[in-house]
Amino acid sequence: MFDAIIIGAGVIGAAVAYELSRYGGKFLVLEKGEDLCAGTTKANSGIAHGGYDALPGTMKAKMNMAGIRMMAEMSRVLDFPYHKIGTLVLCHDESQISDLEELLERGKANGVPGLKILNHDEVLEMEPNLADTVVAALYCSEAGVVNPFLMNIAYGEQAAVNGVDFHFNEKVLSLERSGEGPDSWLVRTSEKIYETRAVINCAGVHSDEVSHMASSKPYSIRPRRGEYMLLDKEAGNMVHHVIFNLPSKAGKGILITPTTENNLLVGPTSEFIDDKDNVETTREGLDKVYYQSGTMVESIPYYQVITSFTGLRAHEEQGDFVLEETEEGFFNCLGIESPGLTSAPAIGVYMANLVKDKLGLDDNPDFIGQRTDMPHFYMMNQEERHKLIEKDKAYGRIVCRCEEVTEGEIVEAIHRPLGARTLDGIKRRVRPMAGRCQGGFCTPLLIKILCRELGLEASDILKNRPGSYLVEGPVKALPIVRSGQESQGESHEKL
Amino acid sequence: MAEQRKLTCISCPIGCQLTVDLDDDGNILNIEGNSCPRGPIYAKNEVTNPKRVVTSTVRVNNSLVHPVVSVRTVDAVPKDKIYEVMDLIRQLHVDLPVKIGDVLIANIADTGTDLIATRSYE
Amino acid sequence: MKNYDLVIIGGGPAGLAAAVKAYDLGMQNILLAERDDCLGGILNQCIHNGFGLHHFKTELTGPEYAGRYIEMLEERHIDYMLKTMVMDLAPDKTLTLMNSEYGLFSLKPKAVILAMGCRERPRGALNMPGDRPSGIFTAGTAQRLLNIDGFMPGREVVILGSGDIGLIMARRMTLEGAKVKLVAEINSFSAGLKRNIVQCLDDFNIPLYFNTTISRVVGKDRVEGVYLSKADEYFRVIPDTEVFVSCDTVLLSVGLIPENELSRKAHVKMAHQTRGPIVDNTYMTGVPGIFACGNVLHVHDLVDNVSEEAEEAAKNAVAFIEKGAWKAVLKIRQEADCKVQEGAGVSYTLPQVLNFEALEDLTRINFRVKKLYEGASIKVHFDDQEISSRKMRVMAPGAMQAVYLKKEDLDEHRPQTITVSIEEGEED
Repeated sequence: MFDAIIIGAGVIGAAVAYELSRYGGKFLVLEKGEDLCAGTTKANSGIAHGGYDALPGTMKAKMNMAGIRMMAEMSRVLDFPYHKIGTLVLCHDESQISDLEELLERGKANGVPGLKILNHDEVLEMEPNLADTVVAALYCSEAGVVNPFLMNIAYGEQAAVNGVDFHFNEKVLSLERSGEGPDSWLVRTSEKIYETRAVINCAGVHSDEVSHMASSKPYSIRPRRGEYMLLDKEAGNMVHHVIFNLPSKAGKGILITPTTENNLLVGPTSEFIDDKDNVETTREGLDKVYYQSGTMVESIPYYQVITSFTGLRAHEEQGDFVLEETEEGFFNCLGIESPGLTSAPAIGVYMANLVKDKLGLDDNPDFIGQRTDMPHFYMMNQEERHKLIEKDKAYGRIVCRCEEVTEGEIVEAIHRPLGARTLDGIKRRVRPMAGRCQGGFCTPLLIKILCRELGLEASDILKNRPGSYLVEGPVKALPIVRSGQESQGESHEKL
Repeated sequence: MAEQRKLTCISCPIGCQLTVDLDDDGNILNIEGNSCPRGPIYAKNEVTNPKRVVTSTVRVNNSLVHPVVSVRTVDAVPKDKIYEVMDLIRQLHVDLPVKIGDVLIANIADTGTDLIATRSYE
Repeated sequence: MKNYDLVIIGGGPAGLAAAVKAYDLGMQNILLAERDDCLGGILNQCIHNGFGLHHFKTELTGPEYAGRYIEMLEERHIDYMLKTMVMDLAPDKTLTLMNSEYGLFSLKPKAVILAMGCRERPRGALNMPGDRPSGIFTAGTAQRLLNIDGFMPGREVVILGSGDIGLIMARRMTLEGAKVKLVAEINSFSAGLKRNIVQCLDDFNIPLYFNTTISRVVGKDRVEGVYLSKADEYFRVIPDTEVFVSCDTVLLSVGLIPENELSRKAHVKMAHQTRGPIVDNTYMTGVPGIFACGNVLHVHDLVDNVSEEAEEAAKNAVAFIEKGAWKAVLKIRQEADCKVQEGAGVSYTLPQVLNFEALEDLTRINFRVKKLYEGASIKVHFDDQEISSRKMRVMAPGAMQAVYLKKEDLDEHRPQTITVSIEEGEED
């Protein structure tokens, strides 16, 4: 019997797990993906929003404000990158300055400190690469960028250190009341059946389906697809703040920002789709990113794009976060779209409190709040690097030349709590393959290191999900097929 | 003249476009388009008995560091023997050390040429 | 740490040839720094034949070509370090290196030769829409997996781009028992050598479709197939030309990019045409004492040319060290003695500037044409005056061309600008 089972190991599930691990109890996280940060969180803008955007009185506003207030402290405690670089909302039309002022008032109502409207010259002085059409901008100093992977992983890792169990590649199929009492649940997964006193639904775009397993409330998630382009670090200093245009009826529009690693991120588009697993990029979407960004910064060096990707946002039809005990012992974190990442620390606390009070949990005397992240070579100075190599020679071998990632970091990423098992898992933790060559040089080395450290065959190594194998197996051991033929039913005639 | 064939010479990277005139019996009447003496030799081979050097790898016994070692045929082998040569290469396993030039299969597939290692491993 | 007069960064074909040449010219205090665990660079995975016809007068495979140079290096007892990464290069030529043995350490040689080679353009740079499954490799990565690590990357293959590595891999994968279904090329011509199309595609009946690109990748986990579409001259996908081709592997051979992160740290000026350093006829960059050669300078199609270029760079680096300083320090672009520039039909020239103080009897100007030319002429202008015209049977973008300028002509004219251009021939 578990005290609580959390469904989903994205940033919300991981934050809830960490905050819950302050209390004594038996907790389990079930994740259908292969790793922490395998769904919505992995394809995210990484913005810590100031809080001027959400409508006063909503859960979004409440959690955003509480979350941004916690962000600097949590980034220190859990040791993940948060850069408080500030945001700028641009206005290109005198007639829309009133909209900018409205945004300012909304921010004040939400309690956002450090808000200021700047004129053309002030904005251009801060950001010389902005389009000259800018007439004014709303500046928010209490906002910035976080690394969503490392934030998610930090929360998950430390929850695991505090005794929370994590099962990956395990999908929840159904929830039923157990015979034990009205507030206990049977959770049936693709692997087995668990009994628990509480269930916390943090299933992202799938949270409505999970909710329907336990409740008749008609929550409905419509995934919103957002496409992004990521540029080389050489382009990272095009802007020094998170840049938005004034929100229009069509939504917040795209943003331009340096990431915590100083790449330049441009996106996302916003498009409702039906398929919750559709993370395709499209020609139209990427074109839209290209054209829309031009209204903010004209000279984005798009020849330096290193990758493009798509994320899904879990939009609930009512438009607000749902954070509640929906049924006895069944808790929903549902509809967590932007500003979900900013809100995650607060949602973790809020939900853990609800569950603690419900179950009457005591404090966990062994709780360790403070975490030290794995070493990141690229963040270190010469002296720190030299010391690390003296301690462990594996830190003297560069595996990824673009991001300067050493073998030592990769081995550490594999062997930490909830360590990396896949190429993407390594990439999100320590960044090989995240640079300009996108794994061209280091992929073969990473396959070998994973094989060696985990005792696996090369054909077992995955990019991410089961089925995403990298190589077929040893050369010359497989049957032969012959080149130059069309497969059955395929015609190349049009080419 | 019975036939005219257009070939791209592969003797060197220039890739000269060769024109070969043949009579009814397949005898070469004329070769044009080459910029060096290797052109006519290539053209003659290509219309009578086309040949290619085969390069591949062979598996190495008990080595995690060097699971395969690269090999080639010393001279070109007839094109229609390429897959026969590859079958023999697929079956071969070698022990280290191997040195560049070591003969791994002599007179491979009766082609009159040897299969040699093209890299040295301790 | 012992100090060195000359440090060569990169132990591939360019670095090896530069080290041997510098040694033979009397420079014994050389260090060759290589980040991989063996010398030879990309040649080790290029196990096909076709190397060395020009340089060694015999046809070798990549590892054999590298092997000859490694042997020469060993015979001369030239110092080299493996698994050693150059982390930083300052404009005053101070190098920060790193390896497991010494940790981080510094060197300050009198001259540096950049020979870091190039990398492949990845999928991300193409903005190729669709899913992001496993099974999409650059051709060189697949080549390494297959030829060095002994892994079969996949069974059913579509190749995008007809660069030489892609063509070579079409044959390699076929010989190892994979089915290579087709090669798609967005241009109307191949960037690869003609002979590779013959012996790697035609020999195995692998079709090559021009003006064709991948418009969408399909596969949630591993690649399941791709949609191919025709593309117009601006590389835009033409609607309603889509064809689905199933495959489990996509290889990309869509261009190489010189790896100049270090060069930029040293404030070496770059040419946007080559994405490599701007150099003069001595292969010196805009930073005195820093030379460049091989694929870090511009992407070559023949290793023989790399070796030759590296020897030139080494010769000049030795002269630079021996004279203490170059007589006339390179004045890049604005103040240079003479600019060499690309004219009509030419995508780049190299070197980009001339230093008249350092002229040889013949100065080689390398260049590439923008498209396939038949019966066109190479024109060389000194300022506005045509100096030479040579009719060529065929010129393709995949094959580097060269013109040679005589010292006496240059001395006589002292041009400020030299232009290399192509003039299309008239029909016979």
